Amino acid sequence: MTDPRVAGAGVTAFGSYPERTGRDLFAEAGLEALDQSGVPAADVEALYYGNFMGELAEHQGHQGPLMAEMVGVDAPATRYEAACASAGAAIRSAVQAIRSGEADVVMVGGAERMTNIGTAGATDALSIAADDLYEIRAGMTFPGAYALMARSYFEEYGGSREDLAHVAVKNHEHAMVNDHAQLQKEISVADALEAPMVAEPLGLYDACPITDGAAAAIVTSEAYAAEHDLDAPVRISGTGQGGDNLALQDRAHYAQTPAADKAAREAYDDAGIGADAVDVAEVHDCFTIAEVLALESLALFERGEAITAARDGTTTRHGELPVNLSGGLKAKGHPVGATGVAQLATIAWVLDGSHPRADAVPDATVGVAHNAGGTVASTTVHVLEVGE
Amino acid sequence: MTDRARDGAFDDWLDALATGDPYYLDCENGHGWLPPRRVCPDCGSRELSRETLPDAGTIATHTTVHVATPQFEDDAPYVTAIADFGPVSITGLVRGVEPDAVEIGTTVGIEIGERETTGERAVVFRRRYSSH
Repeated sequence: MTDPRVAGAGVTAFGSYPERTGRDLFAEAGLEALDQSGVPAADVEALYYGNFMGELAEHQGHQGPLMAEMVGVDAPATRYEAACASAGAAIRSAVQAIRSGEADVVMVGGAERMTNIGTAGATDALSIAADDLYEIRAGMTFPGAYALMARSYFEEYGGSREDLAHVAVKNHEHAMVNDHAQLQKEISVADALEAPMVAEPLGLYDACPITDGAAAAIVTSEAYAAEHDLDAPVRISGTGQGGDNLALQDRAHYAQTPAADKAAREAYDDAGIGADAVDVAEVHDCFTIAEVLALESLALFERGEAITAARDGTTTRHGELPVNLSGGLKAKGHPVGATGVAQLATIAWVLDGSHPRADAVPDATVGVAHNAGGTVASTTVHVLEVGE
Repeated sequence: MTDRARDGAFDDWLDALATGDPYYLDCENGHGWLPPRRVCPDCGSRELSRETLPDAGTIATHTTVHVATPQFEDDAPYVTAIADFGPVSITGLVRGVEPDAVEIGTTVGIEIGERETTGERAVVFRRRYSSH
């Protein structure tokens, strides 16, 4: 078994583009991925496509074949839906298809149109990733759910709103050179602490923005990459996925994310590495507390210790383990169905040296991408490696 | 808009809450759940029995929601909490207490209330004071 190669990727500008349709967003990302890879569209044997709220945002279901058509691909196309981990789940299927020998070339991607339905509409659409009967009808929103987790974390391990503010400050600073980022604006800890409350203890700067955008990548077998002399030095060496009870109330912990623990263990085992081999990470920071929970589930920090990682500088671009060099969901933006592939693209570009923040980790050979859905009832983790 | 069909065992559970007979489902290994369930997701047991919900619960975590969905627009700001009732935990709206006074560990009772925005039924927690 050989590792699938990332042959090329494309990511649209992330931001507020209410008039851009999902199909237009995905066409841009998909064609860019094809062009960057040098792979002809005719060689693509399948499209694995992530999307979460297409029915609610633009009254469009059955997006798989639509998106294949938009990128000029005549191949089976299937939409994956795992809330905000939709694209991560799509990547996992792409990896499995290549590894099994079923396919030599696939496109993986995702798109989300969100701002056209406004903040209240998008908050409502996002909330359906939670349990409709037992959570949404009790007033739970997504920020509300992560606020419940943050409060529980503070109670169990300590930490403060100020610690979380440092996560936001870090990710905003990382995004300053990412021209595709939605928020290219430096913020201070005071700005974050003084921002209006969304769901206490989380404020506006603890939350990622509502984003329109798309991402795509071409993944090939090693044999195809060699035969066609592709410039594809980065391989996907590990994949993992974990699940949990859908409703937060049904879990043993509100301050831990066991689905991500499972996904990380499986991905590390699959790649034959330990957490200590990881040089750089893109994690699902839909809220600042989510970055903290992710880093602990990835075993990059002990339980209760990731809360101060941004504040003490460990996870900044100057630190030992830079996290979310892209700006993360927090500053880069979070078009939910595209996010997993945007993370994959970031790690691939950091490892091959072409990302504007690659200079933070010039010798990096191992990166991980952590993509979480709902209150982390679905998580995928992928390990990417370069060299050898 | 037409009347929405009832959501089976969920609405039955709300009815029981309304009549003051709240219950939960207990598997043979003591794992608690809310209906409908045919199997315990923790241990696979299909022997689920209906048990009386403990009279009081304890707030495990809570948030005051300021940015609401359209269905809760007029309720905001409001407090949503998860409260532990023995083997089962339940999400509900905390009423009758100033948001700043809600704390982890607060003892609450459970009842049926209404969303201010839509009038639909909702699970409500109210603080229980010691009878002493």
